[in-house]
Amino acid sequence: MKFPNLRIGWFLAVRQIRRASLWTTGLIVSVMTLTFLNLVVVSGILVGLIEGSVQANKQYYTSDLIVSTLSDKEYVEQSSAVLELVKELPGLKKYSARYIDGASIEANYKTRTDPRSKINAAGASAVGIDPVAEDELTGLSKFVVEGEYLERDDYDYVMIGSNLLKQYLPIESPGFTTLENVGPGKKIRVTFGSTTREVTVKGVIKSKVDELSFRVYFVDSQLRSLIGRSDFNIDEVAIDLDETVTNATEARDRLKAAGVGSVAKVQTFEDAQPKFLKDIKNTFAILGNFISSIGLAVATITVFIVIFINAITRRKFIGILKGIGINGRAIELSYVIQSFFYAICGSTIGLLMLYGMFVPFFDAHPINFPFSDGILVAPVLGTAIRVGLLVVATVAAGYVPARMIVRKNTLDSILGRN
Amino acid sequence: MHNIIEIKGLKKRFANGDVMTEVLKGVDFTAKSGEFLAIMGRSGAGKSTLLYQMSLLDHPSEGTIVIDGKNVEQLAGDARTEFRLNELGYVFQDYALLPDLTATENVALPLLMKGYTKKHAYAQAHKTLERMNLSHRVDALPANMSGGEQQRVSIARAITHDPKILFADEPTANLDNESSKLIIEIFRELNREGQTIIMVTHEEEYAKIADRIVRLDDGRITSERD
Repeated sequence: MKFPNLRIGWFLAVRQIRRASLWTTGLIVSVMTLTFLNLVVVSGILVGLIEGSVQANKQYYTSDLIVSTLSDKEYVEQSSAVLELVKELPGLKKYSARYIDGASIEANYKTRTDPRSKINAAGASAVGIDPVAEDELTGLSKFVVEGEYLERDDYDYVMIGSNLLKQYLPIESPGFTTLENVGPGKKIRVTFGSTTREVTVKGVIKSKVDELSFRVYFVDSQLRSLIGRSDFNIDEVAIDLDETVTNATEARDRLKAAGVGSVAKVQTFEDAQPKFLKDIKNTFAILGNFISSIGLAVATITVFIVIFINAITRRKFIGILKGIGINGRAIELSYVIQSFFYAICGSTIGLLMLYGMFVPFFDAHPINFPFSDGILVAPVLGTAIRVGLLVVATVAAGYVPARMIVRKNTLDSILGRN
Repeated sequence: MHNIIEIKGLKKRFANGDVMTEVLKGVDFTAKSGEFLAIMGRSGAGKSTLLYQMSLLDHPSEGTIVIDGKNVEQLAGDARTEFRLNELGYVFQDYALLPDLTATENVALPLLMKGYTKKHAYAQAHKTLERMNLSHRVDALPANMSGGEQQRVSIARAITHDPKILFADEPTANLDNESSKLIIEIFRELNREGQTIIMVTHEEEYAKIADRIVRLDDGRITSERD
């Protein structure tokens, strides 16, 4: 018979597990489950905190692809040709073209009686949108916290980002100002170079995607005329691709190859992520791994203690096994197999809880962090690596104490001598 | 009959701090194949220590032990364990059964280690347990058996792989009179069938059934009689 030690190790381990107290087994498996969840969930939430922000940036601002103005240009040249190419993209679902220009906004000018008092003005990005196309693409209307969403014929009406209003962002710092006492129905002045227009605030937009909350939204036709964009050249277009497109980089490369790259920046949502987000994401991943490694060390020590106590209390029986001719390797293997069993049980229950409960729960009920809706990120590969780490650490933690006890003198073990 | 055990100049010393205590002070004796030998002596005489050296559970400080022509002190590690598995059987005073294993599993364990298939090992274990009149207890765990039953399972485990020598360390010490007699009767039966048995006991009544009694006192053999 091949591998007699493995065979006897299995024989002993199975019977020891089967006839062990259910409470003890349950307790050990619970420890392993919690350790597994600690390994995966802590780092997953830390990464998910940023991932939530990244996903929101994609869903509510850039979509899968974003074509935007080159840094040395004022707008996307040959926009109509660019839009034609966008419309021909395989897998195109929706898109929204936007006009953008820097503007100065001013409030309370009608009640300002003292010409020496400070003007209540702020800098902002004015964005011209097709309200229907934008809402279909990014669902912008759901971020209206006061007033109403724009309609296509809303001339001289704007929606204003909450970060431009003092009641939403009560910060006072040099070089940064917000408008006071502005809300739906109030009039503000918007100035583009030498052109000033008085408009009425129709709604307030508040989102955790900062880009959205720092903008003033016009209907595209009005902004076009205000900034003199009679050539219909746009500043950015966000593009949503359907499920048949598994990788947005292919669509990006296709647009670049068609020449769009020479007149505009073409980026996937990942390319367009702000660098600080990528840095924070990496930092949190490192932090998560550090915290996880502490969890792994705790799990290793826990299993070591459990197996050590188990082996110590069964030292006499280990001595008897050796006495009747059972190889020490077989006895060590029986403990290794038990450790493996605990690790696999803990990981399996942990996996079921993770993918059956926690991930769907956090997807449906993101954690409400101030700057993002945190989700639980648990990629299959990363999770599999953590399962592997836990199993290896547990098996090692089971082997070492078993080896320590098995190496003791056989007779001393049988007689309980030190 | 040939000599199955030959012991020469066997000494065993234990260190207790700086003090060395010599428990066996130069023991010489032989046992023949098929012999039933009883080792007697008062407490602390060294009889169990002698048994542990002979049965390879411990290493002597000096001297040689030859079992069936093999100097067993030259065996180390796994070879020593394998020798115990193949050639020796043990019956301990406190039965020493594994609590997680049933009677059958306890008895089958050495056979499985020797490479028997599970089916073959269990069949052999059942046969041996039947011989010990334990057919009705094959699936019982040690905790659910009486002392006498546990000792009979222990004997079954010790003989099921057909060892050359059966060592027994005070096998009746924890048993009532009736169970003790039954155990001794089993030993006598096994010996009649040719099993070499070396038994440590402090009960004169049970020692009398042996072919020979070796008496130890203060680490030395003081008498040997048939």
